[in-house]
Formats: sequence, structure tokens, C-alpha cells
Amino acid sequence: MQSIPEIEQEIVNEFALFDDQMDKYEYIIDIGKKLPALDARYMTDDFLVKGCQSKVWLHAYPKDGRIYFEADSNTAITKGIIALLIRVLSGQKAADVLSCPLTFIDSIQLRSHLSSQRSNGLTSMIQRMRAYAQAYL
Amino acid sequence: MKTNTALVFDVSAIRNQFPILHQQVNGKPLIYFDNAATSQKPLAVINTIKDYYEQYNSNIHRGAHYLAQLATERYEDARHTIASHLNASEQEINFVRGTTEAINLVATSYGRKFVSAGDEIIVTEMEHHSNIVPWQMLCEEKGATLRVIPITDSGELIYEEYLKLLSEKTKIVSVAHTSNALGTIHPVKEMIADAHKYGAVVFVDGAQALPHSKVDVQDLDCDFLGFSGHKVFAGTGIGVLYGKAHLLEAMNPYMGGGEMIKTVSFKGTTYNDLPYKFEAGTPHIEGGISLGAAINYINQIGLDNISSYEHELLRYGTEQLASVDDLRFVGTAENKSSVISFLVKNIHPYDIGVLLNEQGIAIRTGHHCCQPLMDRLGIEGTCRASFAFYNTKQEIDVFVKALQRAVKVLS
Ligand SMILES: Cc1ncc(COP(=O)(O)O)c(C=O)c1O
Repeated sequence: MQSIPEIEQEIVNEFALFDDQMDKYEYIIDIGKKLPALDARYMTDDFLVKGCQSKVWLHAYPKDGRIYFEADSNTAITKGIIALLIRVLSGQKAADVLSCPLTFIDSIQLRSHLSSQRSNGLTSMIQRMRAYAQAYL
Repeated sequence: MKTNTALVFDVSAIRNQFPILHQQVNGKPLIYFDNAATSQKPLAVINTIKDYYEQYNSNIHRGAHYLAQLATERYEDARHTIASHLNASEQEINFVRGTTEAINLVATSYGRKFVSAGDEIIVTEMEHHSNIVPWQMLCEEKGATLRVIPITDSGELIYEEYLKLLSEKTKIVSVAHTSNALGTIHPVKEMIADAHKYGAVVFVDGAQALPHSKVDVQDLDCDFLGFSGHKVFAGTGIGVLYGKAHLLEAMNPYMGGGEMIKTVSFKGTTYNDLPYKFEAGTPHIEGGISLGAAINYINQIGLDNISSYEHELLRYGTEQLASVDDLRFVGTAENKSSVISFLVKNIHPYDIGVLLNEQGIAIRTGHHCCQPLMDRLGIEGTCRASFAFYNTKQEIDVFVKALQRAVKVLS
């Protein structure tokens, strides 16, 4: 299992290949498309992360001392973003999920190009993931 | 008149009056197609605000000194400009914060006094939340009922249903002149005449009408009309409530405070005359003055010129968008303002909005504060491009290409 900073660096390297923002988004959307489907029983309001216009359903479970995340979204871009977060955080130790600074988001320059609403959505997604980690500490 | 349009209407000269349009967003020239949310401001308005603070900032209606007199004069000049623009008298023009406040003022000051249990208030299925919630609150308080005029799939009112809803119980009909979500222009003049047969008063939400067309309150014979300055090329935080004088006279004040009183004593207070009765406290002075400047500005260009130019943008935009594969227009009323709501395939509007923003294009996505309308249409929201007279066909071309690119990325 790679560490959180290692996976973050991997993602930063991948995004460095694009100089066009639209290509970055295309890549994010592709990553989202590959996200395994979330079981329908988790697609309820209880698992909803309140973003603005996009809906994100997030579920987590502990296994062998690690925490695993699964999610879905009704918008393609958000789904890609949550897929990136899952790639970084799913399968890690809860304590690491809580303490990691998550620098890749700034490094791939997504945040600056996301509307503030979306950034708020992003913040809520991360908060929700950390809240799960807290619960499974 | 028509042949003159091309001559008088010089869009690049007009664009020069709007400094904000000349910038890059995400490395691309800004294309601003979110005019139904708020409009951009011409130099005439920006300079009016600047001049106010640099030359004659002062509180109005009070001081005997020079600055106070000048500020008062300009503020009242603006009221005069707006009154003649609407074909109303000055005492019928109340400065408020915007359309939302205008509706709340009438719901509170007229509604509380004249609506009682068992009465009915009528709105349409496609109103902005601002034109629904204040009436719901009033109905709840009074035990009155809110009735809703249904619409067709194309986004037009079903007029027969409106006629069926009208009765002696109807106390207020409140309807948008023009829908912000779909652009539908409602037949308000007939609606008003029909409501009057039952003695109901009619509030016209003019938020989306004032920026695009001439609105004559006497011709419409509406009882109240509200609009927002920020949508009609002035700043935020200022708007107008027009009301027929005899109705405003009969209403209770909305807020108490300075300005709205004649005399105050602990035995009792007497209220000021119209329009000051509804203007408690120090008003948005430079807002009012610059709203006057905005109205003068559009009148200089001419609302006929603006309407016909925007109509051509609407026609062209609709035609060009129709060429996008699997694009579906939402709202295809015959009589429309320059608003185009659409969906592409089953792509979420927000994804399209983000990818257009990446290409420097501002549109609005979502429910446009019309959730009941979206429920009726069975959708969550739409993409909405709304044009103003400073937009161009070239911008529409760039927009359509950018949309095609976004759709490709999202497919
Ligand atoms: C039709 C309509 N009514 C009311 C409003 C509310 O206007 P404001 O927010 O300026 O009070 C709007 C603005 O979005 C509108 O489009």
C-alpha cells in the first residue's frame, strides 16, 4: 500500500502532463467514470454530502485496521473529484486520513479553477471523509 | 423605425461603456451570458456612484446645507425619471432594496390588512421563489389559500385554468411579467383585466421585464409592480415598488423609523406622505440616484432598439443551439425574452457550466430559484444563457463551439 503523500505525488505527476485545463477536466471525468458503482442502499439522504448543485453520496467502512471509501455523484466532474479523493484516502489508516494535509488538490490547480461553490463542495467531501475516519479511529 | 436600428445601434460603442466586459477569464475573453441573474453596469452608472461620493455625499431630506440639498435633489430627480419611465406619478414610486423587498412589502402591508381567512391568492407555477414564499407566509398567517396557475410543457400559462381559479375569493394575483427561468412573457395585461373583474389587485414582478422592454403601469393597469436595479444596469441593493396611490395610502407602513414619520410622540405617531411613508431610515441614496442614471442610459439607446436587437440575438442563439446534437430547449413559448434554457443529453447542467466557465463563458445552471417549475417539468435544473444588448452574435458563435467541446468532454 502506497502512503498518502506517495499517491498524491503520483496524481500531481499525471496532471503535470496537461497544460490545457479542459484536458485536465477530461481526465478527471474519465477517472470518475471508472469509479465502481455505489450500492443503491447508500444512495440515500443519510449518505449525502451537502454540496451545492451536485450531489455526492459517500460511504465508508473499516477493515483490518484501515478505512475504505466508496462514493457516487450525479455530476461527472464531482464524481471525478471524489474518485481522486478515494484513490488517495481509501485503504489508509484512519489516523493518517485525519492528519494528512492533502496538498495535491492545490498542486494540480483544481481549486483555483473550481467555483467557490464547488470548492465548498470539495471542502465538505473532505470533512465528511475525515469525520468517518474519526469515527473509525 | 426598424431600418434605423442598425444605424443607431452600434454594439461596439455600447460595449465600450461596460468596462467589465473587457477582460479575460481563464485565459479567454469573457462572454457574459448570465444577464438574467444580474446585469453589468455602464460607465454612466459607475461614474454616477463615483461622483456621488466624490462630490455630494450627504444625508437627504434633512439638512439645510448645500450638499444635503444637492443629494436630495438628485435623489428626487431619479424618482422623477423612474416615475416617467413607468408612466406613474412620483408619489407612487417607492425605493426599496429590490423585487424581493417589493413583494414582501406588499404581502405584509397590503396583505396583512386586506387578506383574511378563506381568501385566495393566485400565482403561477413558474414564479421565482421571491414571488411564492412571501405569499405562502401571508396565507399561513391569515388562513388564506395560495392557488397556482398551471403551465403547458412549452412553458406557457394555461389561461383557461387561470380564469377558473379567479373568483370573489381572489384577493391578490401575483405574476411575473417575464419568467427568469424560461423567458416566457406572460399576457399580464389581460390577466390584470380579468383579475379586476373580481376586485382582486395584481402585483406584477417586473424583474425580468424592465431590462428588455417598455413597461407602462397605466397601460397595464397593474396595481403594484416591483423591479430590481441590479438587473436593469444599476447597482445592487436598490429597486422600486410602484403602487397605485390610493392603495399605498390605504396600506400600513412596512417599517417604522426616521423619514417615514410626520410627527413622533409617545402618545402617537403620524406617518409621512407618500412615498416617504414606505422609506424608513436613511435610504440607499447613491443607489437610487444611479438607478435613475441607468434608466436614462437605456432610454438614450431606446428600448425599441434594445428589444429588436435582443430579439435577433434570441432568434440567432436559438437557431445556432438547435444545431448541437441532442440539445433540448426547456421553454419554447411563442412570446419570449432573450433567455434560452436548455439541456444536453442527460448531462448535468452543472458539468456544462463548469466547462463553459473554463472557456471564459458565464451562464447560469441550476433551478434558477424556480423549484416548483422544475418539479413541474420533471427536471432538476437547466443551463440558462440570457442575453443583454451588449452581447453579440460572435459571442453566441464562440459559446456554441465551447458548448460542443464541453459536451464532447462529458459524453
Ligand atoms: C422574476 C424574478 N423575480 C424576483 C427576483 C428577485 O430579485 P431580487 O433578488 O433582486 O430581489 C428575480 C431575480 O432573480 C427574478 O428573476
